[in-house]
Amino acid sequence: MTSEPAHMNPARSFQGLILTLQRYWAEQGCVILQPYDMEVGAGTFHPATTLRALGPKSWRAAYVQPSRRPKDGRYGENPNRLQHYYQFQVILKPNPPNLQELYLGSLKAIGIDTALHDIRFVEDDWESPTLGAWGLGWECWCDGMEVSQFTYFQQVAGFECSPVAGELTYGLERLAMYLQGVESIYDLNFNGLEGVEKVTYGDVFLQAEQEYSRHNFEHADTEMLFRHFRDAEAACRKYLEAGEPKPGTNDNRHLMALPAYDQCIKASHMFNLLDARGVISVTERQSYILRVRELAKACGAAWLKTEGGGVAA
Amino acid sequence: MPDLLLELFSEEIPARMQRRAAEDLKKLVTDALVERGFLYEGARAFATPRRLALHVAGLPVKGQDVREERKGPRVGSPEAAIQGFLKGAGLASIEQAKIESDPKKGEFYVAVIEKPGRSTPDVLAEILPTIIKSFPWPKSMRWGAASRESGSLRWVRPLHSIVCTFGPETEDPEVVRFDVDGIGSGDVTKGHRFLAPDEVRVKRFDDYAPTLERAKVVIDTDRRKDMILHDAKDLAFAQGLELVEDEGLLEEVAGLVEWPVVLMGSFDEAFLDIPPEVIRTTIRANQKCFVLRDSATGKLANKFLLTSNLIASDGGKTIVGGNERVVRARLSDANFFWKTDQQVKLEDRLEKLKSIVFHEKLGTQYERVERIAALSKELAPIVGADPELAERAARLAKADLVTEMVGEFPELQGLMGRYYATLQGEHASVAAAIEEHYKPLGPSDRVPTDPVSVAVALADKIDTLVGFWAIDEKPTGSKDPYALRRAALGVIRLALENNLKLPLISLLAKPFARDAKDVLFEEFMQAKKLVEAIDDSAIAGLVNHPTLPDLESIFRQRQLGNSESLARIMYVRALDLLSFFADRLKVYLRDQGARHDLIDAVFSLEGQDDLLMIVRRVEALGRFLDTEDGKNLLAGYRRAANILRIEEKKDGRAYNEAPDLQIVNDQGQIEEKALAVVLDGAKREAAAAVEAEDFEGAMRALSRLRQPVDAFFDKVTVNAEDPALRANRLRLLNSIREATRTVADFSRIEG
Repeated sequence: MTSEPAHMNPARSFQGLILTLQRYWAEQGCVILQPYDMEVGAGTFHPATTLRALGPKSWRAAYVQPSRRPKDGRYGENPNRLQHYYQFQVILKPNPPNLQELYLGSLKAIGIDTALHDIRFVEDDWESPTLGAWGLGWECWCDGMEVSQFTYFQQVAGFECSPVAGELTYGLERLAMYLQGVESIYDLNFNGLEGVEKVTYGDVFLQAEQEYSRHNFEHADTEMLFRHFRDAEAACRKYLEAGEPKPGTNDNRHLMALPAYDQCIKASHMFNLLDARGVISVTERQSYILRVRELAKACGAAWLKTEGGGVAA
Repeated sequence: MPDLLLELFSEEIPARMQRRAAEDLKKLVTDALVERGFLYEGARAFATPRRLALHVAGLPVKGQDVREERKGPRVGSPEAAIQGFLKGAGLASIEQAKIESDPKKGEFYVAVIEKPGRSTPDVLAEILPTIIKSFPWPKSMRWGAASRESGSLRWVRPLHSIVCTFGPETEDPEVVRFDVDGIGSGDVTKGHRFLAPDEVRVKRFDDYAPTLERAKVVIDTDRRKDMILHDAKDLAFAQGLELVEDEGLLEEVAGLVEWPVVLMGSFDEAFLDIPPEVIRTTIRANQKCFVLRDSATGKLANKFLLTSNLIASDGGKTIVGGNERVVRARLSDANFFWKTDQQVKLEDRLEKLKSIVFHEKLGTQYERVERIAALSKELAPIVGADPELAERAARLAKADLVTEMVGEFPELQGLMGRYYATLQGEHASVAAAIEEHYKPLGPSDRVPTDPVSVAVALADKIDTLVGFWAIDEKPTGSKDPYALRRAALGVIRLALENNLKLPLISLLAKPFARDAKDVLFEEFMQAKKLVEAIDDSAIAGLVNHPTLPDLESIFRQRQLGNSESLARIMYVRALDLLSFFADRLKVYLRDQGARHDLIDAVFSLEGQDDLLMIVRRVEALGRFLDTEDGKNLLAGYRRAANILRIEEKKDGRAYNEAPDLQIVNDQGQIEEKALAVVLDGAKREAAAAVEAEDFEGAMRALSRLRQPVDAFFDKVTVNAEDPALRANRLRLLNSIREATRTVADFSRIEG
């Protein structure tokens, strides 16, 4: 730690924060994954969480996941809201008995001293209607600010988690704003350097926020999105069916849970875009959520028939 | 006598569940002990974010010894019988049984079974795991490696350790050993998560509480609350400020800390331009902080109090700074909402209500506003409001639902509408009605008095009730998801506390007719007539209030044409809603101390749909029955009704016709002549008084009947030899019954 250059300090550098968390959770035995290469609304959608949370196998992973919430775009004008932001996601299955202590250790690693800061675990039950998932846990508060979500998954894709996984989600921008003491996301120091070498969050993302807000609210091609939703839904079903174990063979494994789940993710994102464009009515909304949930459930069922889901090879 | 100490140490328990959980723990453990014959002197339970604790004082060391004698077979019985007896009694050989004899049976074996009382720790070790495994948390979870197995322990959050000791004050208590899903009981717990994280050993409750207190844990929620309140008031006082007390927040905050430390923060004074309720709601909902007001002016101050769980090494400076940051961000948001909301007039927001579904079958909020506006306008003259203002207020009443502020803080609905209405220059009554039309929200909430508020408040509730009745979604048992009982009580309180005459059936008719899209008001009223026509014939068998299914099935049986049947069904639903009002009114009056039989006596009269009149009548009836005249008239009524019942049954016919005055005059005794005259007059007088809503007068008119009725029963034999005379006297008795019915159904009166 002491040998690290100043610009890697998680209290001064956004990327320093990410790297510190990665290092900390790698030390705890997590595999450090890279972001999933599809648009998702939250780190939970990454198959490393959604699917790996199902089945009996132990699993520990941590990764940054860019998350897209088209509706939250504010054309780069709101200092606290983005349509694209980063979550740092940790999943430990089964959850170790000292998960709270491990979490507090991660805060310490990024420079939050528990002798100075008031850390609290405030009830917050988590539910994802689109994933058919729920869990119990808390919002973790640091001096009155929510800095993480802490959840013990009870059910995912409609299946009981056995064993239960513990999931931690850090809102990286918000955490960094607190650590760096800035009032706007765009003022975050991204690379920790100063002067001409300094790169801010705004330098990296402001233009994207403006452009994507225009896209999400005004121009996204709704006809195409509706079509893509239907296509993804159909493809998901098709792949699930094609991957089903063949009757009469010895192999009882499902062969295409992951490609099918990609289509579920895609459908979910199409729905989010359509929702942002305001073309889904209140009553329709529920039925779209339900359609995605049905896909997620079917993918979960397929995953449980794969090796990753616990079926012996 | 020995004490039990139990502590269940877990990860953070939601604040709202702690108190209830502590009480449940106490009840479950003490009930289980008492059930097994273990009495105790006292018990107290405690909860903090991380633990439930229980202290049961004055338990016996062991249970009562039980001695039982069991009779066995006769001496010399077959071996099989002897063996069966030994087995059942738990004896090793027959020598252990004693031999008794009695003259009838001769000599037989008796086993004396002595069961020593079980030791209390043994019993505790048996009952506690069961209680822990089946603990009634509102929501519980599985966790960790154990959750690989089905049926693993559920707790509100992961349970880490259990302390359970039992013993007298003078000695070291023993650990009551048991195991729940791999968690073994012991005598070790932990202190405050940050201030005293090490393990501590505890003996009994007497040292448990102080040991934990040294480890910066206050186990008693009420003490934590006192500490917070005390410190908060001190801090406020030092600044010349006053705490805005908030019991709900205090309870919650006390459930978020094991060691409360109250700190004061402040925010930019410029934020005080935001309405104080908004500041308070923002700071309360998001930050769980208290707000303060200036002791001198009563105005909100730019300070807040937070309750931290830490004695921080910098005296709390960092914590205050962090909280101020968040409060600042939140208030900036609120200020932004407050400012941007003002840029759009309330009436220009109505369009947006079209996208908010009120209920799948009842349309959007927009459609609802249309209905409420129409109804408010109609109600206005009845409640003494200006119809234009009432309509205007109703039209704007829901507009704040689509403001940013109410989107963020739904609990500010109505209030924000009032602020925005005032700012855009609406009439004061209109602005007030926007806030007050939701009221009263229950039996103790304030009832609005401004006529405009009353009109819109009534319209809002009637629309809700009519809507849900029209789609047949009524409250059942404890289920009332749309708070329809509260809405009906609201209508009742609005009417009674404002002395309003509301003819409910016609008030309900129009909205019902409007609600069923194809039903016209005229058809609806036509249906009313048809239903009333059916009343006599088809419903004769049914009692006073035909039920909805009764009537609907009659419609079906009679295959009434489709064009009219919807109107009829709606009318029947209106009647059903009316009887729902009757039930709510009864509950309300009973709560006010009125006699339920008098309420029934008035309700069973036909056409009772004016709440205020019903209540006045019940009151007048109560007073009348307290007088001598009232009591005697009731006795006379009962005598008449009894005779009629017997004779009508005997004859198989009713004597409903008016008495033939010719017969009375020609053959009657003087007493019956007198009664006939007084009856005629009293009945007419009572009816006229009722018509004039003078219920006292009606009762006075009836009281004139008392003397002639008494004299009639004294001197006249009803069952005369002459059948015509007898029949006429029975008709005279019926007239007494009829006369009393002008004010109430006396058959319902008890006592």
